[in-house]
Amino acid sequence: MALHVELVSPERIAYSGDAKMVIARTTVGDIAFMSGHVPFVGVLQTWPVRVLHDNDNEDVIAVHQGFVEVSPTDAEGNSRVTILSDVCEVSDTIDVARAKAAKDRATHLLAGDPNDEAAREALARAEVRLEVAGQPKSGTTHP
Amino acid sequence: MPGAQERVLRRRIGAFQNMKKITRAMELIAATRVVKAVQAAGDARPYSEHITHVITDLASAGAAGDHPLLSQPEQVRTVGVVVFSSDRGLAGAYNSSVIRAAEREVLAAKDAGQGYVLITVGKKAEAYFRFRGYQVHTAYNGFTEKPTYEHAREIAAEITSMFGESVDEVRLAYTRFVSMGTQEVSVRRFLPLETGVDPASAGAQAAQAQFEFEPSPSAVLAALLPRYVESRLFAALLDAAASELASRQRAMKSATDNAQELILKLSRKMNQARQEAITTEIMEIIGGAEALAADQGDDEDLLLDHLFSDPFPALMSDRQFTNIRTKP
Repeated sequence: MALHVELVSPERIAYSGDAKMVIARTTVGDIAFMSGHVPFVGVLQTWPVRVLHDNDNEDVIAVHQGFVEVSPTDAEGNSRVTILSDVCEVSDTIDVARAKAAKDRATHLLAGDPNDEAAREALARAEVRLEVAGQPKSGTTHP
Repeated sequence: MPGAQERVLRRRIGAFQNMKKITRAMELIAATRVVKAVQAAGDARPYSEHITHVITDLASAGAAGDHPLLSQPEQVRTVGVVVFSSDRGLAGAYNSSVIRAAEREVLAAKDAGQGYVLITVGKKAEAYFRFRGYQVHTAYNGFTEKPTYEHAREIAAEITSMFGESVDEVRLAYTRFVSMGTQEVSVRRFLPLETGVDPASAGAQAAQAQFEFEPSPSAVLAALLPRYVESRLFAALLDAAASELASRQRAMKSATDNAQELILKLSRKMNQARQEAITTEIMEIIGGAEALAADQGDDEDLLLDHLFSDPFPALMSDRQFTNIRTKP
C-alpha cells in the first residue's frame, strides 16, 4: 500500500520518493492524495506541493503550474502520484536572493499597474519560492 | 635543385599536422558533449512519456476531438515545415541530409499546389534556404548544440499561433538519434496532433479507466495540449542536438585519421626525396674527385688548371668547374 511520488519537469525528474500523503492545490482547491486514491488528473496552481512522509517529516516543493496525475492502483495496491510541471524546485535549489529581488520587482510593478497579469504571476512564483526556501522541515500546518 | 622537393613536402606535412591537431580537438569536444546531450535527452523522456500517458487517458475519457490542436483540417492549403539543422558545419552529412529531406517536403507541397511556411532551426538550414530563394518565415539560431526547454517553448508558441490560422498542417524534419553509430533523418506530421486513440474504441476504454478530472476533462486537455506540443518539440531539439554532436564526432574522427594517413604517406615521400638528394650529392663529389685525380700531373693541362687547382678542391661539387676542365 505504498504511495510513490514523482515530480517531473521537462528537463529531468526533480523529485522522487515514497510518501504517506501528498497535498497540492488545483485550480478548484486543495486536494490530498493517499494510497488507494481513485485515478485522478488535475490542473495545478502555482503553489507549494507538500509531500508528507511516514515519520511525519515533510518535503515542500515549489511547483509552478502543471498537472497532477494519480494512476490506477496496481495489483499490490500501490499508487503512483505524478506531478508534471514546467518548473519544479526543491528548497535547496532555490536562489533566495533572486526570488526576493523578483518579488520586489513584481510588487513594484503591481503598485504601478494593478492589472499587470505578468507581474501578478511573477509575484506568485516568487512568493512560492520564498515560502519553500524558508520552510522548516516540519511544523507549519494547513487545515 | 636537390632539396626543393623535400622542403615542399616538409611544409605540407606541417600543415597536415596542424590540421590533425584541430580536428582531434574538435572530435574530443564533440565526444564529451554528445554524452551530455544523450543524457539530457534521457532526462527529458519521463516528462514526455507521462504527458503522452495523461493525454491517452483523457482521450479514452472522451475529452478529445474538439480541441483546435487535434482537429483535422478539411483541406490542406498551406504546409508548415520545421527543419532542425545545426549552427556550425563540420558535422559530416548531418546538415545536408536533413535539409534535403525538408526541401523535398517543400517541393512536394509546391507540386501539390499548396503553400509552404518554412521555419528553420540552426544557421545552416537558414543559409541554405535563403540562398536558394525560399522564403524563410522564422529562423532560430544559436542553441542547436544545447537546447533548453525555453527554446522549445518559443518555437511551440510560434507554431501553435500559426496553426489553424495560416497553416493547416505542420511537419517536422529532424535527425533522430538511434544510437552513437546510427542517426536517421525523420520527417513526420506534427500538427494536428494524433492521440493514438480512435474515438470508436474510446467509449469502451472510458468505462475501465474511470479517471476523475479537475476541473473537467476538456479543461485539463486544453491546459495539457500546449505542454504536449512543447515537450514534443523539446524532444526533437534534443534528438537533433545529440545527432549533430555524434555526426561531428564521427566526421572529425575520420578527418583526424585521414590527416594521419597523409602525414605518413608524405613523410615516406619526403624521406625518399631526401635520400635521393644525398645520393646525388655524393655521386657528384665522387665524380669530381675522380676527375681531379685523373688530371693530376698531366703535361697537357691548361694553364687554368694549375692556377686554380689549389683553392678549388673545396668546391668540387661545382659542376661548371669540372666542365671547364674537359680534356682536349
